[in-house]
Amino acid sequence: MITVGNDGVRTFEAAGRTDADVAPALRTEGLTAWYGGPNPAIADVNLSVLPNKATAIIGPSGCGKSTALRCLNRMHEVIRGARVAGRVYLEEEDIYAPGVDPVRVRRRIGMVFQKPNPFPMMSIFDNVIAGLRLSGERVKNADEIVWRCLDAVGLWGEVKDKLRSSGSSLSGGQQQRLCIARAIAMEPDVLLMDEPCSALDPIATYRIEELISQLKRRYTIAIVTHNMQQASRVSDYTAFFLAGPDRVGRLVEYGPTEQIFTNPKERRTEDYITGRFG
Amino acid sequence: MAAVSGALVARRPLSQALPGELRRRMVDRIAMSLIASTALLGCAVLLFVVSYVVVRGAPAIDVAFFTEGPKPYGEEGGGVLPAIVGTLSMLLLASAIAIPAGLGTAIYLSEFGRGAFAHAVRFALDLLAGMPSIVIGVFVWSLLVRQVIGRFSGIAGAVALAIIMIPIVSRTVEEILRLVPDALREGSLALGVPRWRTIVGVVLPTARAGVITGVMLSLARAGGETAPLLLTALGNQFLSFDLTSPIASLPVQIYNYAVAPYEDWHTKAWGSALVLVSVIGCLSLVTRIATRRARL
Amino acid sequence: MSGRGDRCFELTAAGAAAAAIATLGALALLLLVYSWPSIARYGLSFFTTTDWDPVAERFGAAHFVYGTVATSIVALLLATPVGVGAALFIGEYAPLRLAEPVSFVVELLAVIPSIVYGLWGFFVLAPFMRSSVEPALRDSVGQVPIVGTLFSGPIVGKDLLVAGVILAIMILPTVTAISREVLRAVPDTQREGMLALGATKWEAIRHAVLPYARGGIAGALGLGLARALGETMAVTMVVGNSSSRITGSLFTPGYTMSSAIANQFTEAAKAIHFAALVEVALVLLLVATIINLFARLLVSRFASGPVGA
Repeated sequence: MITVGNDGVRTFEAAGRTDADVAPALRTEGLTAWYGGPNPAIADVNLSVLPNKATAIIGPSGCGKSTALRCLNRMHEVIRGARVAGRVYLEEEDIYAPGVDPVRVRRRIGMVFQKPNPFPMMSIFDNVIAGLRLSGERVKNADEIVWRCLDAVGLWGEVKDKLRSSGSSLSGGQQQRLCIARAIAMEPDVLLMDEPCSALDPIATYRIEELISQLKRRYTIAIVTHNMQQASRVSDYTAFFLAGPDRVGRLVEYGPTEQIFTNPKERRTEDYITGRFG
Repeated sequence: MAAVSGALVARRPLSQALPGELRRRMVDRIAMSLIASTALLGCAVLLFVVSYVVVRGAPAIDVAFFTEGPKPYGEEGGGVLPAIVGTLSMLLLASAIAIPAGLGTAIYLSEFGRGAFAHAVRFALDLLAGMPSIVIGVFVWSLLVRQVIGRFSGIAGAVALAIIMIPIVSRTVEEILRLVPDALREGSLALGVPRWRTIVGVVLPTARAGVITGVMLSLARAGGETAPLLLTALGNQFLSFDLTSPIASLPVQIYNYAVAPYEDWHTKAWGSALVLVSVIGCLSLVTRIATRRARL
Repeated sequence: MSGRGDRCFELTAAGAAAAAIATLGALALLLLVYSWPSIARYGLSFFTTTDWDPVAERFGAAHFVYGTVATSIVALLLATPVGVGAALFIGEYAPLRLAEPVSFVVELLAVIPSIVYGLWGFFVLAPFMRSSVEPALRDSVGQVPIVGTLFSGPIVGKDLLVAGVILAIMILPTVTAISREVLRAVPDTQREGMLALGATKWEAIRHAVLPYARGGIAGALGLGLARALGETMAVTMVVGNSSSRITGSLFTPGYTMSSAIANQFTEAAKAIHFAALVEVALVLLLVATIINLFARLLVSRFASGPVGA
């Protein structure tokens, strides 16, 4: 059963769908997040991300969709003064439980950012295994890992002859795929993507979208996008966020992508989908 | 589904530590403590230096300290009036040179300057700003003390201080002038006001606070300079307003008193240091607060 | 009417601006002219010998250069960890409420005049170094072969090491302030990229922030070094100003280029002695300027982004 919120958000009854019986890979309960100030940026978000599906988070700018995503692997609290309340369950475990180190959380929930951010002082090779090297031990069969990860993002053929050159020598789209390779080298359970295509041209965007549909066979994906076509192309489920007059972002509606885009239950969702505002 | 990298053997629950996590967390803690202690050390050093100056200098401060000249060797009492007068008169003359020159340069760079000449001016200012002050002392000595005037003099000291002040004034003021919105200039020009009156009458007054900041910053810097004065103004035990002959200054006085073997002079040196640090500290504090407010 | 006024005004302003160039040109030219007798007479031996004898008119400044280099290296070695550390604390660790006051206090160190550091070094630091730090160094590190040479010999308390420590304090605000600006220019995406891979905060700094910022931090250190090279009064008061030998021990009372000028300039009686001192100033000018320019280049190149990023 996928229960979503009680603040006016409809509960999605997945009658006859097998997805409904699957335990979510990630589930939030009353997730609320603040930046320095007294008013939260998002409030009481109850969202589920199903395993091996791509879940899109959409909404107009300022609705808190990126904030919500960053709460899912404890990246929000990195910002000075930022604060989070509520729970986020990774399978059965609350990632905000006392005694859970964010380092462990981020190791299992990877992230790809809006702007490609390869480490410019590292080679392409070192970029891929940057995370694995953190444990301090020597990375066994590093060559093989680099090959597999670059192959998985379709970059191997393009960079196999320049593995030693800087990660920043690549084009924007290649850089972003390198960042995805870097994330999946950690073998995460979940991959969070924060508008991964917003800095890319259409062809690079197409390749990333293609990649997402391949990756979801192995990983659970949550992707924030401001592009509704993209959400409808890549995702299985869609969550729609909207900030009210109080400028607090809330989850308005959640459901299978097809239903959200063709038959939304909420008036506000329909307005947004059909471009009546936002 | 087969793992892509095969890097992690088994999924660990979040409650369980990762391999090497304990060590990594220790390293993280140690690094944080070390980094915090370096910041603490930096602050402690300032506190240590300033508190010494206050504690050792305060006993020297009395009315005579500001109103009397030094007593002869071995005699207690007296003050540093000649040094205060000397420093003030040299700063006054230095300002008279540096403020117009610095302002003019800043106006040129922000309002007119383009191309290779402006580039060269900026480059020269950068080099002057980074010049060791003793080198400026040697320069002014070879120009004024050796050639034009022919002896150590307050004028030479003031010129050395002015050369130190000019880059500070012009750079601060130029930055502020650039912040003055173009709309203001255009508004005035559109009324038929000539460009030079626009700059003098509209642009400069708008940037008034920045101009004052620049001047105060440069005074704070020049007021504490010692090395160039040693080579130009030399120093003088007696009260003198004559800038064409050697003249005392607080920094040089501190140096002479510190290296002399008299306890009373050491106290005077600390007292002078206290005066210098207080004045310069206040100047810096005020400018700091002013620029902070301007930025917000 | 207004056209002529504008023209006059612009020319006046340009004249003021040209004065900066003229000053710099005159400075370099005069120093060259005044030092020429010394340059012509001693040539390269000026930099290779340590015989500085105004009576016999023999001038070799190698020990001045050595003193400047030794004290500056000590200063840089001490100020680098503390300055970069303080910048990391301000930029990466401290809560905002703490970051501002700490950076303000550290920058206030730059406001204190050189002569006051000299006074403090003369009466407080030097005696403390002589009675506590230097004996301890001699008895510990001083016993190690090779490195121990640095900390050997009689302890006077006014020597290259004390001067280096004073210089370290004086360049600390420069290193901290510029490093802080450089760290501020490191994009958050670099930090977050590393954190998202499961790095601890320190690992993110160590593997992402510092490598990214290293060019700019090198520039910050260069600007600190340039300041240390030219610093005069504080050094003059604690460096000893006596030895003409290069011993390899930091406990040797020595000279730096700037302290030699400050000490001897007003006492020099012979023209050739002046010329030699001006030549020292000229060398100081060149070295400080080159390091300054190089450091500025590093910082400004960093500000426009690292290569390829």
